[in-house]
Amino acid sequence: MVLRAESSRRVVVSVIIMLVFAAIIGKLFYIQVIDSSYKFSAANNVLRYITQYPARGLVLDRHGVPMVSNKPVFDILMVKRQVKPFDTLEFATMLGLTVEQVRDAFIQATKQKGYSPRKAVVLLKQISAENFARFQEVMYKYQGFEIQPRTVRSYNPPIAAHLLGYVGEVDDRDIKNNPYYQQGDYIGISGIERSYEHILRGKKGVKIFMVDVHNRIKGSYEQGKFDTLAIPGKNITSTIDARLQEYGERLMQNKIGSIVAIEPKTGEVLAMISSPTYDPNLLVGRQRTANFKVLQQDSLKPIFNRSIMALYPPGSTFKVVNALIGLQEGVVTPETRYSCYGGYTVGRGVGCHNHPSPTNLIQSIQVSCNTYYCHVFRNIIDKREFGSVENGFSVWKRHVESFGYGNKLNIDLPHELKGIVPSVSFYDKYFRKGGWNSLTIISLAIGQGELSVTPLQMANLVATIANKGYYIAPHVVKSIEGDTLNSLYREKHITSIEPKYFDYIIEGMDLAVNGAPGSGSTARIAALPDIRICGKTGTAQNPHGKDHSVFFAFAPKDDPKIAISVYIENAGFGATWAAPIASLMIEKYLKDSISRPDLERYILDANLLDRRAKAK
Amino acid sequence: MQRRNNILRNLDWVATILYVVLVLMGWLNIYAAVYSDEHRNILDFSQRYGKQLVWIFFAFLMAIVILYSNDRIYPAFAYIFYGIILITLISTLLFGRVVNASKSWIPIGSFGLQPAEFAKIATALALAKLMSSYGFKLSGFWSYVKVAVIIGLPVGIILLQNDTGSALVFGALILVLYREGLPAWILSYLVFLVIVFILTLVYSTPVLITFIFVVAVTLFVVFTRQHRDAFRISIGAAGIGLLLYISSELFHLRLSNALIFLIPVLISAVLGFLYAYKNRLRQVYAISFFLIATIGFSMSADYVFERVLDVHHQKRINDLLGIEDDPLGWGYNVNQSKIAIGSGGFWGKGYLSGTQTKFNFVPEQSTDFIFCTVGEEWGFLGSTVVVLLIALFLLRLLKIAERQTEHFARIYGYGVVSILFFHAAVNIGMTIGLVPVIGIPLPFFSYGGSSLWAFTILVFILLRFDASRYGAY
Repeated sequence: MVLRAESSRRVVVSVIIMLVFAAIIGKLFYIQVIDSSYKFSAANNVLRYITQYPARGLVLDRHGVPMVSNKPVFDILMVKRQVKPFDTLEFATMLGLTVEQVRDAFIQATKQKGYSPRKAVVLLKQISAENFARFQEVMYKYQGFEIQPRTVRSYNPPIAAHLLGYVGEVDDRDIKNNPYYQQGDYIGISGIERSYEHILRGKKGVKIFMVDVHNRIKGSYEQGKFDTLAIPGKNITSTIDARLQEYGERLMQNKIGSIVAIEPKTGEVLAMISSPTYDPNLLVGRQRTANFKVLQQDSLKPIFNRSIMALYPPGSTFKVVNALIGLQEGVVTPETRYSCYGGYTVGRGVGCHNHPSPTNLIQSIQVSCNTYYCHVFRNIIDKREFGSVENGFSVWKRHVESFGYGNKLNIDLPHELKGIVPSVSFYDKYFRKGGWNSLTIISLAIGQGELSVTPLQMANLVATIANKGYYIAPHVVKSIEGDTLNSLYREKHITSIEPKYFDYIIEGMDLAVNGAPGSGSTARIAALPDIRICGKTGTAQNPHGKDHSVFFAFAPKDDPKIAISVYIENAGFGATWAAPIASLMIEKYLKDSISRPDLERYILDANLLDRRAKAK
Repeated sequence: MQRRNNILRNLDWVATILYVVLVLMGWLNIYAAVYSDEHRNILDFSQRYGKQLVWIFFAFLMAIVILYSNDRIYPAFAYIFYGIILITLISTLLFGRVVNASKSWIPIGSFGLQPAEFAKIATALALAKLMSSYGFKLSGFWSYVKVAVIIGLPVGIILLQNDTGSALVFGALILVLYREGLPAWILSYLVFLVIVFILTLVYSTPVLITFIFVVAVTLFVVFTRQHRDAFRISIGAAGIGLLLYISSELFHLRLSNALIFLIPVLISAVLGFLYAYKNRLRQVYAISFFLIATIGFSMSADYVFERVLDVHHQKRINDLLGIEDDPLGWGYNVNQSKIAIGSGGFWGKGYLSGTQTKFNFVPEQSTDFIFCTVGEEWGFLGSTVVVLLIALFLLRLLKIAERQTEHFARIYGYGVVSILFFHAAVNIGMTIGLVPVIGIPLPFFSYGGSSLWAFTILVFILLRFDASRYGAY
């Protein structure tokens, strides 16, 4: 009996032992087989991914001259745990920094997201090669620092800031939107850098190392089987002519406005100047943020890309559009003549300047007669067949939009604005339904009023005229290394105007530049003896101050190679400033030399910045 | 010649081979835990695996010496061993070296010995000696006092050395007492108290009181089969509780929830005593007593936890129970240990291919956390094999202990099994997060001469007895 009781206790003890070990095996099964999270944690522990940054692709001009290149810089990383106390002053001096900057960097580094004293974190970014070379010699003295070579952009000559754009570090939104990006990556923020980011950036590579608990590298993971090489970004050939761009920027110094030059046949942008501009090298390297702030606070808005973002009234240049619509709609013929006695006197009236009268259509362009276009515009809107002002206006609007006005031209640059072409509903709201007619909106006849275009759209218009009725969406990239260009930039956009009508317009623009003295030609200043330039001036009124000086042109007349628009804010008559600038640009592009040094001097020396202030 | 043949013929080869296999597996894992490109020569005695080879050599030597010793010396000198060990423990406490906050090392040259490891052998021997002495029966107050003194003395000194883990091991000797007649309910009640203790830390007092009350009522039903009375008591208690709650709300007495639960349960306990007296039911006395004692214990458990346990023990327990989660602080060891074992998967990463242990993510990876190497490199398959081998070894030793005709040998055998069982279960349990981190080695696996020798001696004294169970040679 006793024996049995005791042997049953042996069974109890055995069962306890078996149950406990069964529980252990059960738990082992759970953490080793069922729960896979430990495998991820283990990889997190032991694998360190070191990004291999590719060099960004270069941007070349249309002749293969580099506009953007790369220069090496060095990020200094630290592993806080391994850092021993050191001579901060020497450290800072060697790097070309102040002690305060180094102290700040230490504080910032420990505050950054994902900071760990065991991990290498970026302490100082983009130390220049010169400073780094000096530092490298004494680097052995400082423990716990590592070097990460990077490249940043370099611009020589420092031109085309808006067009090329700039590169900066990705922010949280970029990382969220695209899993490719990680903290510390660079991304194109504006210009070509942004619109061709995916081509220029290349592909990051990664080297996988195994590290121990102290973050010391213990060798490559699986003999580098999973490592990838960084693939450098592809080079891009731009449509820009760097010399023309540089020249244009020089001509535009001390002036506010924009020049856009397009090759009409291809839609390739030859130059795109927004003034005032800035040295693109300012937005590179350690000083980028500080410099950006200064530029941002500048009252002349140098960062603002006027070529595609500024909305201006087209002024008299728009008369050619009204002329074309009038011809297409048959409400005016080349022979139609209107007299002008200093203005159009119906309604509020529109003033005009002194010129020979009466004029036919071609002459009206040559002398830029306001009165003539008030007639043409009213003829269109009030054309009997349309039945109502609204219908007439809608037809007019449709024609205008076929020139690319009121819509984005889809240039391959970010932040393009579409301009404004007012609509029926706009006027219905602005006045009241039925409360407006061709006379109320007569300003549109001469490119004023509720009409806004970008300098790019103006250049595109003149390219369309040069092409006699079609345009190819303007673009700034000519070709991509080992890749094809977006087919968007081969497509012809045909206007709603028959090609034959363009001849009259071109004739008028020819005369505007090359007309006989005393014939009333508005832009004789732009004429060149050996290049036939066709152009049209504009003097755009604006509510903010003195008139804007506008001119657009193409040349040569018979085989247009360049179409250009020049817009100078608050500079007065189109003929005074915009026309000579356009003429110089055309000459520079087509002949590569300037035959009129006096005219060039006159433009270069002109400072038109203070006119804004005076106008107030 | 005749003697040697006898020993080898009577030796329990199953246990011996399991022992050798476990020791060799242990060494393989120590090698893997330390292994790196710089250290791969197995005879590099500057490395732990090299040293462990020396310890193993001496351990085998000790095993042989014990097997050829006279088995009579063990009962004869049991108290003397015990006395020497106590003196050694005390002198360690006075003059020893501090390692990991525990003053439990005697420095010998560049090495150190941990007398606490050997105290387990001495205590198992002394306990066997006491309980096998003529006329000793585990009943009555004085027999318990004697047992408590034998076990309590080394435990006390080891606790003073600040080596809580080693002290806890002696608690496993309760299995010996159970085998030798300790009433089953005491064992059950102790297990129950452990559960209550854990619940106290996790749940609020009302939940706990309810839990204990339900257990008490269940016991009442089991013993008396008076379902109706049990129902009446439950309803009555619930009614009183409800009344208390309502009046507390109505008259703004602000009675705490604990009190609202406690008062009806205590009233039920008093009624239980009256019920027992009236119906002459001894079990109901016991149940009522159980009710009050357990509630009293649970109320004091918080106090014990807060005041008696060290902060690092509290943290470890809290971490285990998921009350505090701090994977980079207190939970770091366990978390990294689970990552290492968990990342092994079913098949393991392959011998010498573990990354977590090799790159030192697991602390103490060749001593207390050696099982991480097993788990990471050998996977679930290898871990299970190791666990099963240990279990098999324990069950084999249990069988050996049970077949001893001599009381001393059997009681000692149970001591061996209890101590090894506690070590293995708690060590592996802590690496996989089943029990709080208690710094005790995994028998035969963990690096260290003291523990390997102590376990070897422990086991081979039993095997020595077993070899001569058919009579002295």
